[in-house]
Amino acid sequence: MILWVLMAVSIAVAAGVYLALSRDLFRVVVGLALLGAAVNLVVFAAGRMASRTPPLLAAASDAPAAAAADPLAQALVLTAIVISFALLCFALVLGARLRRVSGSDDVRAQRAAEPAAVDPVKPPELED
Amino acid sequence: MLVLSPLLVPLLTALLAVALVRHPRAQQWLSVVGAAVLVLCALALAVQVGAAGRESVALGGWPLPYAIEFVVDRLSAALVVIGAVLGLVVLVYQHSSADPAPASPMLHPLVHGLLAAVGGAFLTADLFNLYVWFELMLMVVLGLLVLGGGRRHLEAAFKYFALNMVGTLLFLAAVALLYGATGQLNFTALADAARHPSVHGAMPVYLALLAVAFLLKAGAFPLFCWLPASYHTLPAPLLALIGGLVTKVGVYVLLRLSGQVFLDTPAAFYDVLGWIAVITMVSGVLGAAYHWDLRRILAFHIISQIGYLLLAVALASPGAGAAGLFFLVHNILAKAALFLIAGIIWRSAGHYDLRRIGGLYPARPLLALLFLVAAFSLVGVPPSSGFWGKFLLVQQAFEAGRYAWGGFALAVGALTLYSMVKIWLEGFWKPHPDADRLAIRAARLEPAYSAVLVLVGLLLALGLYPQPFVHYAQLATVGFWAGGTP
Repeated sequence: MILWVLMAVSIAVAAGVYLALSRDLFRVVVGLALLGAAVNLVVFAAGRMASRTPPLLAAASDAPAAAAADPLAQALVLTAIVISFALLCFALVLGARLRRVSGSDDVRAQRAAEPAAVDPVKPPELED
Repeated sequence: MLVLSPLLVPLLTALLAVALVRHPRAQQWLSVVGAAVLVLCALALAVQVGAAGRESVALGGWPLPYAIEFVVDRLSAALVVIGAVLGLVVLVYQHSSADPAPASPMLHPLVHGLLAAVGGAFLTADLFNLYVWFELMLMVVLGLLVLGGGRRHLEAAFKYFALNMVGTLLFLAAVALLYGATGQLNFTALADAARHPSVHGAMPVYLALLAVAFLLKAGAFPLFCWLPASYHTLPAPLLALIGGLVTKVGVYVLLRLSGQVFLDTPAAFYDVLGWIAVITMVSGVLGAAYHWDLRRILAFHIISQIGYLLLAVALASPGAGAAGLFFLVHNILAKAALFLIAGIIWRSAGHYDLRRIGGLYPARPLLALLFLVAAFSLVGVPPSSGFWGKFLLVQQAFEAGRYAWGGFALAVGALTLYSMVKIWLEGFWKPHPDADRLAIRAARLEPAYSAVLVLVGLLLALGLYPQPFVHYAQLATVGFWAGGTP
């Protein structure tokens, strides 16, 4: 089991890094989302993959069964998924808006805030 | 309750401000009142902690290593106070005409959201909870970056997002690996669990992963590219708030974790960190020397000052930690004051670019005086607050036998002076290229001046009467690196 998770994480990290290093705005966002998914899998795996018993309490007890899965890692990964989903949505809208405003989805064309230098000594003036 | 107030007050204010989106005036006043209440709560908390040393609250109804613990000690109390003061000052400044943030209904909720996230990061004693505050901080700063709505704002936000997201993911991965190895997230429990022989060998790997994440968040060399790409698109008050607080949280966490949690860190970690600090200082100040736009000059100085703070962490002794805390407080004040002064310069002289302005010394002598005090503090001219900060730090470096690090810190001070002299000569001394520009008196600058006066007054107090503050900082870092200097 843990080997499958390991492979999934490795593939997601490789694909995520490849896409995040691309020059296309949309691919950068998707790449970061894939990286986030890989990290979420790591968080999930941190609670051990051995047990398949859900960490539910029996009616009269105050502790889950000894062989139950670690509930904390599951709580952590749920939080992380919610947060990364919110950021992904924001980033998609941001990327779409940026593409419309700048007329290009090439990251190298995004130089409005940091215009390229024309003078060899002094930096260009910024618009306000 | 008081322990949680730096968190609850801004969260409550943000929620109320959201409810008041249709009443902009009421929202503005609520925002200032909320920030003032936060300052009072933070001061009360600092007094309480000054007597007791440490206060904590465990949330969630579980017994301690499983509950989420919030701890206030002298270190976090000092930072909570300075963050609250900065929030109030910036919100007062926002009422002036000196480059205020656009009057969006989301501005005030976001500002208080930032204060809550920063307060939460200062208070929490739980690694995963810390991750949540960092994420909140990232989201709120993104929201503030896109408020302007122009192309350069969106662009800045995208660059900020892409690079900071990588840092956040590294942090989360490190948290997961640490939890997998030790089964703990609480700082105290983690400090014990990290010494267990079964995990001891892998600890440097996790620590390195954490450190890379926080160095990225702090803006250290070579991971600072997001900072000069985005900060200068912010309006003056937001620039002061974000530039003053957000990167410092990364340094605070490094100080906290390396000083109190991961005590058996190998000496090589601190060697590398020290040289990263030196390169950060030098590259930041050289970047600033190249630029002519006030906002970009000051943004690069943030990076340079982060180098000094990292140097304090790298020296890894209680004395260096105290020097770092003093420097941190001084730096937040000096940096914010300079950004706010830059906003007034923009309003008075018409531009942020030094080539387009001038003549402010004869036309606005008070502004020139305020700039001089803040600039001298940043450079470290005696007897300013920056002098004491750098003196303590360089003294610690020399005592630890790190002569090269101390020497670089002094040399970078000279280059900082070059930048400040450039601003002085170009902005204040040379005549304005448009001779009639300075005759126009901008209306509604009083809130801006009063905000800057408060910050400069605090800087003067820190510089002219440093002993109580130094003493407090020394008390705050007692017991850090308890295993002795590596």
